[in-house]
Amino acid sequence: MSMLTADHPGPQSNYLTHSRGILSWLFTLDHKRIGVMYLISILASFFVGGVLALLVRTELIAPGETIMGQDTYNRTFTMHGAIMIFLVIIPSIPAALGNFVLPIMLGAKDVAFPRLNLTSYWLWVLGAIFAVTSMVMGGVDTGWTFYAPYSTEEARTGVVYVTVGAFILGFSSIFTGLNFIVTIHRLRPRGMTWFRMPLFLWSLYATSIIQILATPVLGITLLLLIVERVFQVGIFDPALGGDPVLYQHFFWFYSHPAVYIMILPAMGIISELISIHSHKHIFGYRFIAYSSIAIALFGFLVWGHHMFTSGQSAVVNAIFSAITFSVSIPSAIKVFNWLATLYKGSISLNTPMLYALSFIFIFTIGGLTGLFLGTLATDIHLHDTYFVVAHFHYVMMGSALIAMIGGMHHWWPKITGKMYSEVMGRLAWALVFVGFNVAFFSQFMLGSQGMPRRYHDYSDTVGNWLPEKTELFHLYHVISSIGSYVMAIGFFLILFYLLHSIFKGRRAPANPWGGRSLEWQCASPPPHNNFDTPPAVGDCYDYSVLEWDAEEGGYHWREDVPHPNGEET
Amino acid sequence: MTDAAESTTETTHEHADHGEGHIVSIPTLVATGIVLLFLTWVTVWAAGRDWGPANIWVALGIAALKGSVVALIFMHLRWDRPFNGIVFVGSLAFVTLLIALAMVDTSEYQEDLHRGDAPAVRDTLQEVQP
Repeated sequence: MSMLTADHPGPQSNYLTHSRGILSWLFTLDHKRIGVMYLISILASFFVGGVLALLVRTELIAPGETIMGQDTYNRTFTMHGAIMIFLVIIPSIPAALGNFVLPIMLGAKDVAFPRLNLTSYWLWVLGAIFAVTSMVMGGVDTGWTFYAPYSTEEARTGVVYVTVGAFILGFSSIFTGLNFIVTIHRLRPRGMTWFRMPLFLWSLYATSIIQILATPVLGITLLLLIVERVFQVGIFDPALGGDPVLYQHFFWFYSHPAVYIMILPAMGIISELISIHSHKHIFGYRFIAYSSIAIALFGFLVWGHHMFTSGQSAVVNAIFSAITFSVSIPSAIKVFNWLATLYKGSISLNTPMLYALSFIFIFTIGGLTGLFLGTLATDIHLHDTYFVVAHFHYVMMGSALIAMIGGMHHWWPKITGKMYSEVMGRLAWALVFVGFNVAFFSQFMLGSQGMPRRYHDYSDTVGNWLPEKTELFHLYHVISSIGSYVMAIGFFLILFYLLHSIFKGRRAPANPWGGRSLEWQCASPPPHNNFDTPPAVGDCYDYSVLEWDAEEGGYHWREDVPHPNGEET
Repeated sequence: MTDAAESTTETTHEHADHGEGHIVSIPTLVATGIVLLFLTWVTVWAAGRDWGPANIWVALGIAALKGSVVALIFMHLRWDRPFNGIVFVGSLAFVTLLIALAMVDTSEYQEDLHRGDAPAVRDTLQEVQP
């Protein structure tokens, strides 16, 4: 097994034990430690955002005021959205998992700009502090979109703090994207051509392009919003001579591509999981790679579909509606190629694979329901109803976050050097998967029946609808809330067994799942330098050269196949 | 930490094959700076005159000229690989996309707006007036 020992001195020396003390973490330039710090911080934010979601679901479990007043409700769902979008989903895969895995997948020792990487993390922390500050400085009740003129005129004072936070978080995102682009361009090892890169790197590359092209627009837009609010300069507020639709153009020029910042890296993870846990070469490599770039570019041409009912002109509505359908082509290419990869594969239903399979199921529902919203005629009815909330959560939570959790399980043995309980993993997956679908499929029903989003109370007196409607809404809201509680139990179970694995888990082998990309060729956890010498690169989806080692509980290079590094195997 | 930085430098050197970047001579930079200052003076001078319908095009023309000088010389695009120029122009294309579609839309819905101020806007204006 020299393959697993040639590049590292042994399990006693790794990035976790390389240096000690809190400062060695806080000011580290090691991409792996920065990735772990991101992971912990993002999961902490996920906890806060999740608790806020549970409060929202509990409030809606019955018509009328249940546990909070309408003003508190507005602040709660706004902070839930802002935290989940800006602090959790956008950075979760690129900044946490991407930071850890990307350089190792490239056989590099670090990202191209380690200091910029650390700066990116601390900017994230600063942005998070501003976001949390907004909660105590009057709160924010605008929704995560901060629509003008409400945000510049009437809204609570916390809006300035949270938009400053989002502005800073934007820079954090840009720095990560810039770093990844340069790293992928300059630090690929000899032999790793563009079309020999793992597909996760293709997706991170496409994501990075969006991050550096779109995020500056959000920064400027939020800055203009602050200027209008603080100095009363008319930009978006019609009372001051501004144009509120212009705000929405600017906001969605970033925020629609931001949807792809969230989903593209998730698709990259799924490409890895599906292929590795099927032990079968990925089907349609080039199509999946090109489709990532196509999604990134198409993502810039569809922002207006968020504004069909906002006063946007009929001509532009028609243009954006038509282009919106084009995004479904590269998305479908990915799904069909994943299914073709599964076909006749030797599928191991490990925990990461369960998340990957549930991604395909959930993303397909999320994607197809998007067609109803991209169609002008149906969107008029479904706009601002729970149908949109359900669609959004199917894509962002059920797809992007589920993929992130799948990826976290996939690389957990590499990150921590420990294996978690598969039984617990599968149980928690079942709770999350069932809980998610119960929580959000019922919201499709709510929306199609006319329940508006962002309503604190759905009594017939408030909504001016028939009492039977309130009974129907009540039923679906109860189902949805129960689903959210089941999902929460699943997430707490994940937290429990992952923490347990750190202290009591079995030592992870270098390659527990049978992956071929370079991160599975160094020890678990990786040594400080990843690789002492740049590793040789082969086809990262050819698993025929690996065989199961029952004694080790992982895969290693077949003895009868020469190793690309030329070592004895 | 230092180790990480050192190791990264090693990696960069291992993989870098582009050598040191192009260095622009000091006289060229100073001359470019003077040209930009002159063009700034031209901007101010042009702003003081009425060019009629061409006002916007004169202003944009001078700005584009200044931007080109900065991109070509200060940003080294003149000596860089054409790919970097393509990336630069590509980013301008995205700016154009944003501005163009937003402007197409705002001009399209002008006809749907109330002439003068909408009643609600009038009320708001009265409230905000000191």
